[in-house]
Amino acid sequence: MTLNRRLFLGTLASASAALSAPMVWGQAKPHVVVIGGGAGGATAARYLMKDSEGALDVTLIEPNATYYTCFFSNLYLGGFRDFDSLGHTYGKLADMGIKVVQDMATGVDRAARTVTLGNGDVLNYDRLVIAPGIDFVDDSVPGWSLDVAEVMPHAYKAGPQTQLLKSQVEAMPQGGTFAMVAPPNPYRCPPGPYERISMVAHLLKTNNPTGKILIFDPKENFSKRALFEEGWQKHYSGMVTWIGPDLGGANVEVRADTMEVIVDGEAEKVDVCNVIPAQKAGMIAATAGITDDAGWAPVDPASMRSKSDENIYVLGDASAQGDMPKSGFSANSQAKVAAMAIRGELTDSRVFPARYSNTCWSLIAPDDGVKVGASYEPTEEKIASVESFISETGEDAALRKSTYEESLGWYSGITADMFG
Amino acid sequence: MTGRRLFLAGLAFTLGLAPGVKADPLGDAEHGATLFKRQCAACHQIGPDAVNRIGPHLNGVFGRRLGGLDGFRYSNPMQQMGADGTDWTIERLDAYIENPRGFLPGTRMSFRGMTDGNDRSALIAFLRDWSDQPQDIPESAPTATRTEPQLPPEILAIEGDAEYGEYLSSECSTCHKRDGSDDGIPSILNWPEEDFVTAMHEYKSRLREHPVMQMMAGRLSNEEIAALAAFYATYGE
Repeated sequence: MTLNRRLFLGTLASASAALSAPMVWGQAKPHVVVIGGGAGGATAARYLMKDSEGALDVTLIEPNATYYTCFFSNLYLGGFRDFDSLGHTYGKLADMGIKVVQDMATGVDRAARTVTLGNGDVLNYDRLVIAPGIDFVDDSVPGWSLDVAEVMPHAYKAGPQTQLLKSQVEAMPQGGTFAMVAPPNPYRCPPGPYERISMVAHLLKTNNPTGKILIFDPKENFSKRALFEEGWQKHYSGMVTWIGPDLGGANVEVRADTMEVIVDGEAEKVDVCNVIPAQKAGMIAATAGITDDAGWAPVDPASMRSKSDENIYVLGDASAQGDMPKSGFSANSQAKVAAMAIRGELTDSRVFPARYSNTCWSLIAPDDGVKVGASYEPTEEKIASVESFISETGEDAALRKSTYEESLGWYSGITADMFG
Repeated sequence: MTGRRLFLAGLAFTLGLAPGVKADPLGDAEHGATLFKRQCAACHQIGPDAVNRIGPHLNGVFGRRLGGLDGFRYSNPMQQMGADGTDWTIERLDAYIENPRGFLPGTRMSFRGMTDGNDRSALIAFLRDWSDQPQDIPESAPTATRTEPQLPPEILAIEGDAEYGEYLSSECSTCHKRDGSDDGIPSILNWPEEDFVTAMHEYKSRLREHPVMQMMAGRLSNEEIAALAAFYATYGE
């Protein structure tokens, strides 16, 4: 009943909007529902709306009225951007005709092709795009849970957590210790933790030059490692200590009440503890029943379509697709492929071969930017890397400055590509 | 060398046009020609066959109204300054070349700026040679040659599928903004197709430096490059 009434009302609304084109009953437009308004979801909604030229109804479900990008949130930590500059709203997407619903998607009924919202509303869909980003794996760092995130922030979803971490770093006692518990693979934004270390080091260098930074890392290696280590040596000599798995980095627990990190059984007292736990697809992907044992949603490499459901597409961090890193750039790239595939199915528009790419810029110190990137193509089993590049150690200051400036241009470009 | 140039520049400043010396208070036009080839010629042409490309041709730029060439699509701020009656003078060219966006916020010229004053005066001297001494143009023909290698005509002749180009362009717009603004990353709107195709092939063959662009161009076929060029040639007009 609810469904029918909503459909009826929705149809009325569109009919009155398009005065010159009276609606014919039974010829409602195909409806695409997009869950998540980040780099994957916002881009998908925008391209679906823009390119279908009115042939599709598009609904975007996002709980936040203002979306804060996780990418560039480290630059806020380092004092290179203000917090507001990370915030984006959905007004331009709504102006295009996308129905923006500020709510949480709480359920997916794949048989009935419906999505349930936090307020109890039920939306029907012809195609569903799931782009919820990440959630954290419970108990991946013993002693840490979301309950202690106010004491030991993750700051790995941009917003109040990012602000909390910054205020904690600024309040650190002189000569104090900042600890990061780095995540195991795969996780969002591979260079992110290490860019964050650089930004914290930059803050400490200015305000707290005797401060120390410890990284406890379960990984043997990390993204752009040679570049970061070169930069830390050059700009923050003696400040940063990386503790890999051979020294106990994989055997870490935390105690929020005493602000301790326990490494191989030995307690280390710290002043700030940034715990970035192991990650999995945002919860709605699991709720929809499209995730694998590792907690990610496998997709068809050629289209980003869920391997579990032909009416569902999964974008960005939540997807298990192969070689692409979990990044805003990747999600944006995948969204365009999925939008094209969905349009092709629902409106018979031309479908071109999928192509994907990614570049991740990181800032090490003022005007010292580096980047890593690759192009990708679908194969039978996965999205596979075709060609890649990475900044080199020893690059001159002018090139590093230009790389940083390029990253600012990219931020401006991708946020316009997402939010209009 | 720098010392001598500085010294000469200082002399020229104090003495003005010394009698008997073809002193150029502006700087060394030959050096300017080299700078032009290196830093300007990818977008601007100058000389007998010069036409508008990515940037407007620069014959006769001295005294020309800002945004004053017919048939070139200037940024709005440039047109506005022209409409206000502003002409290109040495001082304005100097300021613009030093810091294009500082002089003219919103300009479509994707050039970082030239900080060295001697270089700027040399470049301006070179530009002036093509402005108030038109009889000299044939002698300076080499400066009018394109710096890029010519592509085989069959590649330039490919007619691009603009609809395919529109799809491919979604890969560009992650960085290159669709409104044509350029902040750290250049605008690629409304480039003449031939220039677009040439630039992409230069990235592909790694004649042009830039790892992201080399990667992006590296996997584009000739047809795909043509498709993108066809799409961007008219996009946003």
